[in-house]
Amino acid sequence: MSTITKGASASVELIDIAKSFGPVKALAGLTMEIGPGELVALLGPSGCGKTTALRALAGLQDLDRGEILVDGIDITYLAPNRRNMGMVFQSYSLFPHMTALDNVEYGLTLKAHKTSPNLRVARGKELLDLVGLASHAKHFPHQLSGGQQQRIALARALAISPQVLLLDEPLSALDAKVRTQLRDEIRRIQLEVGTTTVFVTHDQEEALGIADRVGVMRNGILEQIAAPAELYDRPATAFVAEFVGLTNQILGQVSNGAIEILGVKVPTLPGSITSGSGIALVRPETLKITPNPTGTGRIFAASFLGASCRLTIDLPQHNRIVAQVPSSDAAQLGAGANVDVSFRSNSIFVKQIE
Amino acid sequence: MSKSNISFRTQIWRRTILILVSFYLLLPIAAMADFSTKSLSGHRGLESWRAIFQQPDLIAAIFTSLELAAIVIFLVFFLVVPTVVWVHLKLPRLRRPIELICLLPLAIPGIVLVVGVSSIYRWISINISESPLTLAAVYSMLVLPYTYRSLSASLNSVDVHTLAEAARTLGASTYKMLFGIIMPTIRSGVMSGAVISIALVLGEFTLSSLLNFQTMQVEINLVGQNDGGVAVAISLASLLFVFLLLVAIPTTINRKNQELKPEPA
Repeated sequence: MSTITKGASASVELIDIAKSFGPVKALAGLTMEIGPGELVALLGPSGCGKTTALRALAGLQDLDRGEILVDGIDITYLAPNRRNMGMVFQSYSLFPHMTALDNVEYGLTLKAHKTSPNLRVARGKELLDLVGLASHAKHFPHQLSGGQQQRIALARALAISPQVLLLDEPLSALDAKVRTQLRDEIRRIQLEVGTTTVFVTHDQEEALGIADRVGVMRNGILEQIAAPAELYDRPATAFVAEFVGLTNQILGQVSNGAIEILGVKVPTLPGSITSGSGIALVRPETLKITPNPTGTGRIFAASFLGASCRLTIDLPQHNRIVAQVPSSDAAQLGAGANVDVSFRSNSIFVKQIE
Repeated sequence: MSKSNISFRTQIWRRTILILVSFYLLLPIAAMADFSTKSLSGHRGLESWRAIFQQPDLIAAIFTSLELAAIVIFLVFFLVVPTVVWVHLKLPRLRRPIELICLLPLAIPGIVLVVGVSSIYRWISINISESPLTLAAVYSMLVLPYTYRSLSASLNSVDVHTLAEAARTLGASTYKMLFGIIMPTIRSGVMSGAVISIALVLGEFTLSSLLNFQTMQVEINLVGQNDGGVAVAISLASLLFVFLLLVAIPTTINRKNQELKPEPA
C-alpha cells in the first residue's frame, strides 16, 4: 500500500452556535471542541441538529449567532469553497459526467488547491488506492455500487488534504454488510491520514464503533460528549442513558448518593436525582442472573444471540426486565426457570419519575 | 398461445405502427423533395435548389435566421439556464412562479403577442436599431416554455443540490460550480432546449412577418409567391438541417459517454 500524505489536522471549536428555521430551533447554542486528528461522532435522533451543525461547519448553513474557529481562526463567515474542508454526503454525490479518477482529482484542479497535472494524477491514484478502488479509476459513477461511490467520495474529500473531514451519514444508504465494512475502512483511513473528522450519524453502533469521542445531541444542544465507553457506562443525563444502548427502568428509593433496587444499594451517577423515589436506568448486561429454584424472578423468554443470550425476566414487584448474559452462563437459563437477579454495576443513573 | 407467438405478433404490430407513422411523417417530406426537383416541363433537376443561391435576399434572410438562432441560444445558455439552475438551488420557493411565467408564451396567441410587442419594437427601431436581430429578444421569450421544461426535467433527474454543495466544499467558486459541474450534468436538457430553440427560430413566421422583418420564413413566403420550387427547396433544407441537429446532438453526447466508458476487465 502506498504511503499516504498526511492531512493537515486542525482543532475545531464551535462556540454557542444557534440556528432557527422559523419556529424550529435546529441549533440552540451548541458548544463543542474537537482536538487535532480526533474523530468525533455526532449522534442523536432525527431533528436534533447534528446535520445542521455539520453543514454550519462546512459553511453550507449560515448561523443566527455563534462562532466557528478552526485552529483558533474565526471562519464563521468564510465561504464554503475557502474553508478547506472535505465532505462526504449522505446521498451519492459523485459528479456523474466524470470518471472516478476525475472526481477524485476535481478539487485539485480548482484555484483553492491547484496542483500540477502530474502531481494531481499521482494524488488521485494514491487516494483511489487508499480506498481500495485503484482498478476502478476509469469507471463512471453509474457503473459503481453505492459502497464504491461512497469510497470514491471519501477519496475525493481527502484529495484536497482538508483540515477537517466532514461525514454526513455517509453509510446510511448502504446495506448492513457494506456499512460495517466501510465503517471500519473509514476509521482505518482516518487513522492513517490523521485528519480531524466529524462524523454525523443516527446509528449508535456506528458512532460507538468508530469515534474517539461521541457527542450526543438533543434539541440543538450537546447533552454529553465523551469516549464511547464512558458515554455508555457513565451517561450524564437520562436522555443519554436511554438513547445510547438498551436500558431497563427499575423503580427504587434514592438516599445518600445511592439507590436501593432489588434489595441492593447501588451508587448513583452524577446528574441523577439525589433523594426520593426514582427510576434507575439499568443496562441489560449489568444484571447478574443466577439460577435458583426459589428465586423471585422467572424467565419469560430466552433468545440466543450468538456470544450472548438475552433473557426477558418477570419480577414480582417490577416491570418485565431484560438481561444479557454470556451464552456460556446461560445453560440453565431457559424459559420458565426461576432466577435471582442482582447487579454487577458500580454505579447507575437515576432519573425522576415522570 | 405460446410466448413466441405473442412476441411475433407484437413485433408485427409494432413494425406496422412504425411503418404507418414513418409514412405519415415522411410523405410530405418526400412530396417536397419531389416537387422541388421537378421542373414545370416535368423533367428532374436541381434548378430550384441551385436557384436558392441566386437569390441574395433569401440568402441574407437565411443568415439572419441563423444569426438569430445563435443569439437566442446564447441568451438561453447564459441567461435562462443559470437562472433556472439558481432558482432550483437557492430559491425553490420561486420555482412555481418562474414556471408559470416561462409557460406564458404557450398560452398567449402569436397575434396577441405581436400587438403587445409591436409598440416596443416601434420604439426600438427608431431609437436603437432596425436590425431584424432585435427579434432575438422576443424569440428568447418564445422559446422559454420549451427550454424551461427540458431544463427542469434534467434538474429534477439528479440531486443538483448535493452536487453543487460537494463542488463548493471542494473549493469551486459559484461560476466553476455552475459551469463545471451543474451544466455538464444537465447537458442533455440544455442541448434539447438548444435544438428546440433553433427549430423554433428557423420556423417562426408570424412575429417576424407582422413586425416587418425579413427572416427566412418571411422570405420563403415571398419567394414562394413567384417560384414555388425554390420556396419548397429551402423549406426542406431548413427541415433537414433541424432534423440533422436533432440526430447529431444526442449522438455526439452518447458517443462522448461511450468513449469514456472503461474497457471490460
